[in-house]
Amino acid sequence: MSAGVSQVSGACVPIPGDDIDTDRIVPARFLRCVTFDALGDALFRDDRDRSGDTPHPLDDARYSEATIIVSGRNFGCGSSREHAPQAVVRAGFRAIIAESFAEIFAANSLAIGLVCAEVDASTREELFRRIAADPAIRVELDLAACRVRADGFEAPVRLPDAARIALLDGSFDPLTELLANHDAVARVAHALPYLAWTSR
Amino acid sequence: MSGTLFEKVWALHRVGTLADGRDQLFVGLHLVHEVTSPQAFAALRERDIAVARPDRTFATVDHIVPTTDRHRPLRDDLAEEMLAALQANTAAAGIPLFDEQTHRQGIVHVIGPELGLTLPGMVICCGDSHTATHGAFGAIAFGIGTSQVRDVLATQTLAIEPLRVRRIWLEGELREGVFAKDVALHVIRTLGVHGGVGFAYEFAGPAVDAMDMEARMTLCNMSIEGGARVGYCNPDETTFAYLAGRPYAPSAGDWDAAVAWWRSVASDADATFDDEVRLDVSALAPVVTWGINPAQAVAVDESVPTKGTGAAIDEALAHMQLAGGAPILGTPVDVAFIGSCTNGRLSDLEAAAEVIRGRTVHPRVTAIVVPGSQQVDAAAREKGLDAVFRAAGFDWRLPGCSMCLGMNPDRLVGDQVCASSSNRNFKGRQGSPSGRTLLMSPAMVAAAAIAGAVVDVSATGGPT
Repeated sequence: MSAGVSQVSGACVPIPGDDIDTDRIVPARFLRCVTFDALGDALFRDDRDRSGDTPHPLDDARYSEATIIVSGRNFGCGSSREHAPQAVVRAGFRAIIAESFAEIFAANSLAIGLVCAEVDASTREELFRRIAADPAIRVELDLAACRVRADGFEAPVRLPDAARIALLDGSFDPLTELLANHDAVARVAHALPYLAWTSR
Repeated sequence: MSGTLFEKVWALHRVGTLADGRDQLFVGLHLVHEVTSPQAFAALRERDIAVARPDRTFATVDHIVPTTDRHRPLRDDLAEEMLAALQANTAAAGIPLFDEQTHRQGIVHVIGPELGLTLPGMVICCGDSHTATHGAFGAIAFGIGTSQVRDVLATQTLAIEPLRVRRIWLEGELREGVFAKDVALHVIRTLGVHGGVGFAYEFAGPAVDAMDMEARMTLCNMSIEGGARVGYCNPDETTFAYLAGRPYAPSAGDWDAAVAWWRSVASDADATFDDEVRLDVSALAPVVTWGINPAQAVAVDESVPTKGTGAAIDEALAHMQLAGGAPILGTPVDVAFIGSCTNGRLSDLEAAAEVIRGRTVHPRVTAIVVPGSQQVDAAAREKGLDAVFRAAGFDWRLPGCSMCLGMNPDRLVGDQVCASSSNRNFKGRQGSPSGRTLLMSPAMVAAAAIAGAVVDVSATGGPT
């Protein structure tokens, strides 16, 4: 079992917009790899290279210390590539606060201990306002209390119960537990008729 | 046992509850490809864990393969490394690999069904978000990431929470020139790209009953584009007829028992759903995306939204270089792509061939056809479709994912506009950061290739 994650605190980088898809988070050409090691630099690569005169938030010096991403609704929609949360982690982030997450992205993030915490639109907007006013503001994500705090501001955050428990007790990587249940797995498999059918 | 197919199949595969409250779910079929598996195999090696059920695991190579020259080593070193890793990993674990030499290679969501690996009542996983395609058969099929690929390789199970079920009841008969792809895009634009998060979609109703299996696969394939990780249709006579005689389908001796069991897992008449949406598709026109997500779509006779009506709309119009409020009809295209796990099957190629027969691709347009599998390729050649496409000026390529996501050399260049039968129009999706994608049915892509612009294939039967 890994170490549990009960809180994440640090500076934030705002990535505005809804429906930020995995092709933007890691463009497909960077999936040509057999390890995840070099993906940090691929994070939002095309958006960053095409941002023009205004630097992309990830290249904005004001946010260079950020360890938390803040974004809009349906973050991580699109493909099942775990490369996306892997790139987020390898670029130095430990949590994402967004209005909602795509399901596979959230599952992939949980598997590697990357916190995905949901907030209301009003909380996201307030965080954006406070980050804009003070880019170095420290935001604290408290998973035990399900709260986000930032310099006197406080609001609820939501995580699925199982994800929150798994993060708190460090069991987010379930492989050991899955392996331990081999007898129960065998019973379920035995009861499935299609595993006994012969093909042509 | 009464309930939805989802509830029944889930219950049959549920091993137990894990400490964090998630279910441990048994996976009846695990499909593997070269992009999302190498790190999973490496993790197993690190922990000295063997693949639990190589007999329930099947692999192919689809995302990175070139569609022209496949001589080894592949010209792209990274692609070669991934293919070599897949070959080594599957050989070491005793997992069957459908590579080119088997004549069964193809896009993972095309070959599973055509080989009869995909069966009703199964839980099916693959490290690919379009795994819901297999739901067309009445399977609970969903995409997973690499850590979960590892879990399934190691235990044939994974940790997951159950979904709620939304029935999408589709009524009415589709007009000539309107296809399952149009229905899928219509559902997504109606419910939004995030509307299905937390749901499995059950597609049902007279319009679904009337669809053949390839149309149902197209419909289920795009569930994830509406946020739903799972989409399925109940198995029926159409399903059983498709499966009969396929290589991995049950043998004659097991067939009757299999059909009886498949019927038993279908949703019951008195099943209750967490949500229901009813749509009448009888007046539906072909649907075309204009923006940078699949919900940003209009009927072909409609106009794109006007500027200043939302940040997401403005961002999409800017990327697409479209004038707000302009009709989508007549939008010039540079590239036409027919293929992908959404629309790379025989009936898709037939529908497109009908449109282009005896016509010529517009001089500005680069047009390619990428069959979904070697078997689709062979069947299409047998019908002479390759000759029809070639005569019209299309390039006929070798099977794979190709320009759906541009992981191989098939990519848009600069800000080219592509009429595409694929599933995603995200910024940069087709391999060029500034490339522009218009999603539509294969027949609509074919018509656009001939006209050099978006036209309404349902109104005219294609360009003249």
